[in-house]
Amino acid sequence: MTKVTKREFLIVATGAAAAALVGTPNVALSAERVQARIDEFLGGQTAQEGGLTLEMPEIAENGNTVPLSVSVDGEASENRYVESLLVLADGNPEPGVATFHFTPMSGEQRAATRMRLAKTQNVVALAKMNDGAVMKAETLVKVTIGGCGG
Amino acid sequence: MSRPRVKLPKKAAAGEIITIKTLVNHKMESGQRKDKEGNTIPRLIINSFQCNFNGTPVFSCEIEPAVSANPFMEFTAKVPESGEFEFIWKDDNGDVLSTKKKITVA
Amino acid sequence: MLSRREFLQVGAAAGALLGSGGFSAPAFARQSVAQEDLLAFNPVGNVTLLHLTDLHAQLVPVYFREPAINLGVGEVAGLPPHITGEQFLSRFGLGPGGYDAYTMASVDFVSLAKTYGRVGGLDRIATLAKAIRAERPTQTLLLDGGDTWQGSYTALASKGADMVTAMNALGVDAMTAHWEFTYGTDRVEELIETMDFPFLAANVRDTDWEEPVFEAYQMFERNGVQIAVIGQAFPYTPIANPRYKIPTWSFGIRDKELQETVDEARTEGADLVVLLSHNGFDVDRKLARRVSGIDVILTGHTHDAIPEAIAVGETLLIASGSHGKFLSRLDLDVQGGKIRDYAYRLIPVLSDVIAPDPEMAAVIDGIRAPHQATLSRVLGRTDSLLYRRGNFNGTFDDLICDALLAERDSQIALSPGFRWGATLLPGQEITVDDVYNMTAITYPNAYRVEMTGETIKTVLEDVADNLFNPDPYYQQGGDMVRVGGLGYRIDVQEQIGSRISDMTLLGDGTPIDADKTYIVSGWASVNEGTEGPPIYDVVSQYIQKQGVVSLEPNDNVRIAGL
Repeated sequence: MTKVTKREFLIVATGAAAAALVGTPNVALSAERVQARIDEFLGGQTAQEGGLTLEMPEIAENGNTVPLSVSVDGEASENRYVESLLVLADGNPEPGVATFHFTPMSGEQRAATRMRLAKTQNVVALAKMNDGAVMKAETLVKVTIGGCGG
Repeated sequence: MSRPRVKLPKKAAAGEIITIKTLVNHKMESGQRKDKEGNTIPRLIINSFQCNFNGTPVFSCEIEPAVSANPFMEFTAKVPESGEFEFIWKDDNGDVLSTKKKITVA
Repeated sequence: MLSRREFLQVGAAAGALLGSGGFSAPAFARQSVAQEDLLAFNPVGNVTLLHLTDLHAQLVPVYFREPAINLGVGEVAGLPPHITGEQFLSRFGLGPGGYDAYTMASVDFVSLAKTYGRVGGLDRIATLAKAIRAERPTQTLLLDGGDTWQGSYTALASKGADMVTAMNALGVDAMTAHWEFTYGTDRVEELIETMDFPFLAANVRDTDWEEPVFEAYQMFERNGVQIAVIGQAFPYTPIANPRYKIPTWSFGIRDKELQETVDEARTEGADLVVLLSHNGFDVDRKLARRVSGIDVILTGHTHDAIPEAIAVGETLLIASGSHGKFLSRLDLDVQGGKIRDYAYRLIPVLSDVIAPDPEMAAVIDGIRAPHQATLSRVLGRTDSLLYRRGNFNGTFDDLICDALLAERDSQIALSPGFRWGATLLPGQEITVDDVYNMTAITYPNAYRVEMTGETIKTVLEDVADNLFNPDPYYQQGGDMVRVGGLGYRIDVQEQIGSRISDMTLLGDGTPIDADKTYIVSGWASVNEGTEGPPIYDVVSQYIQKQGVVSLEPNDNVRIAGL
């Protein structure tokens, strides 16, 4: 007989060995760290909603590798481009994911990568324009056991 | 860090915006895992990526441990003239990997 | 003189009087309903869409009982398809006892089944499709919403090939997919090679480069109208089904990419944009508000049968049921890139009323004849109505759980909340064919493991959230996992983690202890390397031992928050 603990069951079931890869987060601590990173990025500015799109699947297929795509409306130009675009996740042991830097040569200001999600959590994107304006977008990605749809 | 792969068109019109995709092999050890003896496995990740065109920065990023193994990056670039894209990955050991791709503007 | 409806009502009453004497009431169905009645339709406009979905490999007629309970939460509460039984009949103005009531609701199911007989059968569907194509030769498009290749003995034995043969013979114009993917990447690609029509899935990407794996859409010209049919595969295939079967394909709803595909199709000249979808009804209802430019969504996956087109903004949603029970006909008048008028009918496929198409009958016979001895082998008989559909339990699932508890010597059994599986009437023999209709999957191992009480609760909470999350985009479209040996209370309005309470081990009446370990059996695990005998063997063996199966009403799940 195979003995399955909750942790193993969830990991095996989701195929999300992400929990093993990135570790099990301390919830209170990670929320604090996310806020600290947001505050640092904003530098006292207030982030606007809109203009920035963060796209992720509603439910992760594989917590090890969840597609993520960010884009800011409008083409990059000498006058207007995204200097920094920070992506954070509030349910991983470390909140940081990546910081993208665009230039006037970037064309469309979009980037895509794949990330680890230890569990169901919010992913936050913050974009800072070359003129200092800041935008924010957020999405919830569910990490699930699955197996009963259909 | 090995096998850098890049997808972009061979040709473009002047001023055209093209999509670039890159992949590289790297296990992206997060620094959060423990080995069988309970010791933390040290972090070893690709921490930065950069794309230049004819020496001018196009796109770059700082990468943290939450990015998946074998990092994938997709972004766009405006191509003003014929030239060469250069792609550079750096990891925590200070290893650097780079590759180049030419594009012709007709 | 009796109106048609009154006649049918009288007919139903008379049918009920025939009692449980057997299943040879087709004569009555033939007297009260004619094939022409089922085909009756006042044609409209310049395009006819025929929609068939979630056939689940049912080549021959079956009984299929619609759910008695199909709850909606949040903004969809009380909206179709989340109304059932009497409420459903009154919402759509269907009198009790007619064939629409029989096929679309669960009220008086057993007596109406004896009156009207079995439903479906691909040879009957072929007859209807041919008749409609003859009437609308230049206007008609026949679309298959997927879940076609899985759900029967012959489909499993042929790894889906039998259904490709049958659907080629039916003359399908395009399909999308879900359970098809459970045959694995290589087999799907092999079978696509043998198809006479396109396999469309706009929302599947490869896991390396995030590039499209399948054709997103196909343009058809019908009667001068350019029709773009976009395929949308089940977005949560690698979650609801084993990802290891399709490790290099990634799915998802992908609204934004879909909008781009719709815009591209319009630019290419589409007058009409049809989404052939396997999203599930609630997901499509939300999607219709978020993606503009789709004229018609042919929904699937959640197996809903809705007798009217549901309009969401400018988009019409069609829900065509499952198991070959219905063929949808949607006539459209398309002018200047817009639908100006439409007429819709959800046509019940009453197998005793419709003459089988001889060519398709021969195809089906060719598929089934080599397996006939196995298919028709009788394992036992049922005293109870055996069905699956419903949010929380079904009697066939209770039977499967009983089989797991007994044959896998366990305290608790878990059985997936699939929505497919044909129904058996009280008194019917149970054959191998019937067991496979409930269990034919490519990952059938019946596992036996230890789980803590906490793990079992996590499983129930997780599945409940897949069903009752108020945002449809976070739902997976299955029903609640079925349990044996376990009772619980569920509050559907709560959040994940707080819906399930009062879990009780039925064996001794003790509350489930979070830290204690229990022996749990189940099947359809999505984990690679799951061990155990195939579920169809476990269930067959159990039925043979029982001889006659009889299921007590199951009140082990108490539902709150309605």
